[in-house]
Amino acid sequence: MTHHRPSTLPRAALILFIVGIGLASVVYSPASPARAQEPTPSDDQVNLVAKQLYCPVCENVPLDVCPTQACVQWRQTIREKLTAGWSEQEIKNYFVEQYGARVLAAPPARGLSLLVYLLPPLAFVVGAYIVYRAVRTWRRVARPVASPPPTAEDDYTRRIEEELRRRE
Amino acid sequence: MLANLGFAVLVITLLVSIYGIAAALYGARTRREAWVLSARQAMLLTWPLVTLSALCLVALLVTNHFEVEFVYSVTSRSMPGYLKATALWGGQAGSLLFWSWLMAAFASAAGLRRWDRDREFLPWVVVVALVTLAFFLSLIILFENPFARLWAAPAGETVKAMFAPSGAVLVTPGDGQGLNPLLRHPGMIIHPPMLYLGFVSFVIPYAFGMAALITRRTDDRWIRVTRRWTLVAWLFLSMGLVLGGRWAYDVLGWGGYWGWDPVEIAAFMPWLTGTAFLHSVMIQEKRGMLKHWNMLLVILTYCLVIFGTFLTRSGVLSSVHAFAQSAIGPAFFGFIGLSFAASLALLLSRWNDLRGENQLTSLLSRESLFLVNNLLFVSILVACFWGVIFPLISELFTGQKVTVGPPFYERTTGPMFAGLLLLMGIAPLSAWGRTAGRSLGRLIAWPLAASLLVPLGLAFSGTHNPAALLGFWLAAVVTLVTLSEFWRGALARRRINKEPLPVALWNLAGRNRRRYGGYIIHLGVVLMAIGIIGSEFYQQETQGTLAEGQQITLGKYVMTYDSLAEFNAPDDRLVARAVTTVYRDGQKVAELYPRRDFYYVSQQPMTIPGVYSSLEGDFYVLLVGWEPIGSSGATFKIYLNPLINFLWGGSLVFILGTLVAAWPDRERKRAAARVPAGALVPQSK
Repeated sequence: MTHHRPSTLPRAALILFIVGIGLASVVYSPASPARAQEPTPSDDQVNLVAKQLYCPVCENVPLDVCPTQACVQWRQTIREKLTAGWSEQEIKNYFVEQYGARVLAAPPARGLSLLVYLLPPLAFVVGAYIVYRAVRTWRRVARPVASPPPTAEDDYTRRIEEELRRRE
Repeated sequence: MLANLGFAVLVITLLVSIYGIAAALYGARTRREAWVLSARQAMLLTWPLVTLSALCLVALLVTNHFEVEFVYSVTSRSMPGYLKATALWGGQAGSLLFWSWLMAAFASAAGLRRWDRDREFLPWVVVVALVTLAFFLSLIILFENPFARLWAAPAGETVKAMFAPSGAVLVTPGDGQGLNPLLRHPGMIIHPPMLYLGFVSFVIPYAFGMAALITRRTDDRWIRVTRRWTLVAWLFLSMGLVLGGRWAYDVLGWGGYWGWDPVEIAAFMPWLTGTAFLHSVMIQEKRGMLKHWNMLLVILTYCLVIFGTFLTRSGVLSSVHAFAQSAIGPAFFGFIGLSFAASLALLLSRWNDLRGENQLTSLLSRESLFLVNNLLFVSILVACFWGVIFPLISELFTGQKVTVGPPFYERTTGPMFAGLLLLMGIAPLSAWGRTAGRSLGRLIAWPLAASLLVPLGLAFSGTHNPAALLGFWLAAVVTLVTLSEFWRGALARRRINKEPLPVALWNLAGRNRRRYGGYIIHLGVVLMAIGIIGSEFYQQETQGTLAEGQQITLGKYVMTYDSLAEFNAPDDRLVARAVTTVYRDGQKVAELYPRRDFYYVSQQPMTIPGVYSSLEGDFYVLLVGWEPIGSSGATFKIYLNPLINFLWGGSLVFILGTLVAAWPDRERKRAAARVPAGALVPQSK
């Protein structure tokens, strides 16, 4: 059996696919739904801010749904700040100043916390590179060797394919 | 009395396990069969022993022996009997005992299999299984003893100890504290056993993998032996995850099913490596490649299982201090570290024995696509693991505590999940060894073309979120490709075997259950993905305070607040229950009763939603607040969770697919050739 030179198209597609995922995981972030502004802060406006905050006591429960008394008070604080005309970011900053960065759903991307965001895409890219290198090495070793004989499953697939061609 | 018996039996089981380990090691070293057989008997003995111990604890639980601290902390007189019995896994000490019981059961089941074709594995499987069991038993005996009793010391304070401290007298409280109300839910009764079954059964493939390494038997025998174990483990783990999500949705009252909580992620991580393993072992079976990688995956899975068991019950990862103070944390980490290091060292020492038998011939082959699949699963694992431990790292190095929550996980893993969906669409059409670009193009052309109708249609009907459109498009690709695989296969069978189409379809799946079971699992995943995309991107919510008779609108739904009642329930809780009526497009569709239960003993509120479910999605209402006196008003929070029932329905399809793939073969005893696909070739040949 002769060795076919593999077309460059699949390789390009594979690389594109991997780079695309790497890029997307850095760039992509889900958008929050827009809401109509009303004169007084409605519960929904309060919740929109509260959703992004976590109180230090109730671990992993976002503030907008936390039933404890402390969280009710926090929501009241948000309402007061909104009434006073504070922006969402100002309110979040206020809570960070009072209680530390842990009130945010995810750490701010600076200092050591930058690592949170950098490591996973980096790991993916490094992993992709390792896979790519491994595949290349295998293929270089394999090149002089003839392709392995088709396995029975391939045989079955081929028969199905033949069958399908005959139908066409 | 029962407590003493239960404890004594545990100590005996530990001794039996240690004996079993020693006997197996000695028997393997000196090649004395009798010692190996004796070790096996010891392993078989652990199950009845742990059963006896667990039964002692259950008996204590159901008979209100509150002098036992564990019984006091998880049951109370007002709890129904079945809840008292299942409170066995309602706290850490009992959970560990339950874990050990399952471990002993699986070890015994493995011990009872026919060993004639892989005798050399036996002593090492015994060693790995019993070391794991012995570790958990020592944890229970030394640190988390569920049989420890309460004593009043002479100085007056109450202490927890197994045996009476000098001068102390036994304390028997009149009633217990009762089970954490969050755990008094049917979902929480079956969710932990499922998860633990999944955890424990992954120990068996690991044990066989280690046995293969130690004995230098580096063919794929260990993978073939453990294939079904792995699938069963994976099935239970998947069910445990889904049930956990359902429980969160029904009980936690925040409108969602998955909050990227460290405890959830702890259970998800072994599932990720397990799924990667299930795929990559196929490469080893078909092509004799990736032997190192499969070993690494099974080692990782084992370590993550232990890590998950630790994380789900202890909560000590929440802070450095909690970790340093708990005795069990360092023990767990020591064990995980040791087993990881030892397994890795073993793998490295056998590195050259595990050389692949084949080489990759093409980038566009099923094996290279499986490699990308593994890359994605492991990358998701890295992101998850990193997110779970980062708060600790941050606290250690900067003293600052941070929360790593849903935005991080969604952002990092979302694109990788999309990549997995895309692979699910392409890989089934690729062939082992090499795929001609043209034949792949021909196969994928029409599903791809047809699938484009879905995002186009959605875009025209007003869906503009690019990520959601991409997700729905990928779901359509996978569905069409998978269905076309069934269709092509069935047509070919009909043609060759002259079978009617339904029979052809049935036989097709029956003759290659693993492949077509896998496709059914893919279809289940697609349905689940539709549910996740729908509820993630299109969830709507609103909150409002209503007086009786007033109404609130969300989407096509209008809800009126009819009344509210507060009353005491027999199991020591105050219930505030609202009656609301839901209208859709002006038609009454349901009466819902969102409520807030307040448990007096634990001083814990619990928010139970009222849910109206349809294929279109869920109308999910929470009672957030109310005025106790008069009827001035109640505050409701309402969610619309579109398409969420695809998630639950998809998980059923997923389970069905796993059952198809794991169902025992009639032709199981056929020779284990490299390619067992001979059965695939139609009989008319």
